[in-house]
Amino acid sequence: MIRFVPRERTPVWLTLAVSVGAGLVALLLTAIPLALSGAPVLQAFWLMVEGAAGSGFAFAETLTRATPLIFTGLAVAVAFRAKLWNIGAEGQLYAGALATVALGAGMLELPPALLVPVVLVGAAVAGAALLLVPVFFKMRFGADEVVVTLLLNFVVLLFVQMMLEGPMKDEMALGWPQSAPVLDEATLPKLVPGLRLHGGLVLAVVCAIGLHVLITRTVWGFRIRAVGENARAARYAGLPVGKAMALVGLLSGGLAGLAGASEVAGLKGYLTADLSPGFGYAGIVVATLANLSPLGVIPAAVFIAAVFVGADSMSRAIGVSNYLADLVVALSLLCVMVGGLLIRFRIVRVRRETA
Amino acid sequence: MWAALEILSQANFWAATIRIATPLIFGVLGALLCERAGVLNLGIEGIFVAGAMSGWLAVYLGLPLWGGVLVAALVGALFGLIHGVLTVPLGLSQHVTGIGVTLLATSIAYFGYRVAFPNVGTPPRIDAFPPLDLPLLRDVPFLGPILGQQTAFTLLAFACVIVLALVLARTPLGLALRAVGDNPEAVEAQGLSVVGLRIGAVMAGSALMALGGAFLTLSAFNAFYFGMINGRGWVCIALTVFASWRPGKALLGALLFGALDAYQLRLQTITGGAVPSQIFLMLPYLFSIAALVLLARRADYPRALMKPYFKGQR
Repeated sequence: MIRFVPRERTPVWLTLAVSVGAGLVALLLTAIPLALSGAPVLQAFWLMVEGAAGSGFAFAETLTRATPLIFTGLAVAVAFRAKLWNIGAEGQLYAGALATVALGAGMLELPPALLVPVVLVGAAVAGAALLLVPVFFKMRFGADEVVVTLLLNFVVLLFVQMMLEGPMKDEMALGWPQSAPVLDEATLPKLVPGLRLHGGLVLAVVCAIGLHVLITRTVWGFRIRAVGENARAARYAGLPVGKAMALVGLLSGGLAGLAGASEVAGLKGYLTADLSPGFGYAGIVVATLANLSPLGVIPAAVFIAAVFVGADSMSRAIGVSNYLADLVVALSLLCVMVGGLLIRFRIVRVRRETA
Repeated sequence: MWAALEILSQANFWAATIRIATPLIFGVLGALLCERAGVLNLGIEGIFVAGAMSGWLAVYLGLPLWGGVLVAALVGALFGLIHGVLTVPLGLSQHVTGIGVTLLATSIAYFGYRVAFPNVGTPPRIDAFPPLDLPLLRDVPFLGPILGQQTAFTLLAFACVIVLALVLARTPLGLALRAVGDNPEAVEAQGLSVVGLRIGAVMAGSALMALGGAFLTLSAFNAFYFGMINGRGWVCIALTVFASWRPGKALLGALLFGALDAYQLRLQTITGGAVPSQIFLMLPYLFSIAALVLLARRADYPRALMKPYFKGQR
């Protein structure tokens, strides 16, 4: 019989090993359905690696795809730290994207040095506002935030579709439901000429570092962690639980909103209803792979992005459905959770007690 | 105004209400069974997808319709086993594991569908459950046309409500299931296995959820589409709170939701595009959120919901 004994402290190498190991196990498990589908397994995996990191261009594409995942990963990480189960990053991303277009596509005429920050702040505020509603419901009425944030994703997406077919529709877009393009003054700069990499990546990394400092080095970070560890004890100790939750809501929703701004103002240039292929949900996987560490979110996002970009490229080459990527992502999440037991517990064998 | 009220007198409206409610009845029953045993199962959305896809594929490949139903239930139970093992003996976060199961079940279903049909324009179809043809009921005014539009699959949903209500309220197994979600220590003291009961409940609940998905591809429609579940699973989680974990009220909640959804569809045609259709489509989701928020305070959650239980540990 085995028993889980809680660890006093976890070596850093183990945390890293679990994340990397989980990714590898997920890839191995994916080989099963891949083989069942009759695809050449090794070739498929090799094509995925090549497609994601085989050239400078490929890797730049991976980093471009990782950018929104860093934002949503951070959004989920900070929320889950406080045990605020925000599953609504997808909707908050769209709220941010909507704000970006509302502010950046002609409503304001400002020089880039002003317009870019205004747009980013607007997007963050929109995302945060959307999350503060379920946070309020949770604190005031005890309504489970998981279901509310999940359902709001659908409401927001419908709202986006409504805006794109109505007030925000670009008349020049030949009837296609998309918004007017954001102004050049609101566009995030490209990092390297000829590549799609944009300033959103820099902003994402800065946010990760900022969040790391906030959580590990400040009073509010301590409060957020305390609320997550044990909300009742935190309240008993006189910590402002409500304010800490509101702050978490602001940060988490704001970061998810920035993901939308970064995609619209940095990459696409306009808003469509299929802006995000599930970046919000993938953020949950990113954050869990990173063990909820803000700095860990960066490599985790790059890994997940590599899976998506690699699978797209593999799918184009040998015609295996790129839904394989979603499979790897889902398995990574479950594997890293099981692996997480090794981080939190030592597993010891004990002899069966006799009654 | 009159036209908006007149909808309520149409047999067609009530038939649609039942048709929309049926998958939700399965879903809410499944969710409440899991939660009564103390396990939140957010895998529901993906299990709906997997049930819809696997049940349909089984029929497409030659099984009879009820064989497809059985396949869907087994696939659901399998995902339930995964969720159960990860959350009950291993005690992992039920929220995150559930999301993981949803992602896993959805991606397996989508990948499997793409493997079976690499590039087809229009989704292949099957012969779905035919409408009931009940000799006596057919001639009853109003009620006849409503029930005549339903299929045997809907009857199965109503039967499940009755069976689950009886099992939970009247049998020793039901007592043990309720106890394991309220007070697992007491169950253990009775010499019963908390782990076994909880995993069993999650598997059975997940099988019910998969039936909800299968209803869509085997009865409501006759094909599988990507994105056809579209949040139905999550709605069931909200309706479970509305139903205060009782099968009878689950039926009521699902029917109420079905009526609202059927009503907004008809209201759309009446208003003739004056109001954007998305406003109407939002209503069911907003209704679910409102129901959840208003009832949350009074909700009598199973006391051990989301609390992992480890033997000999307080």
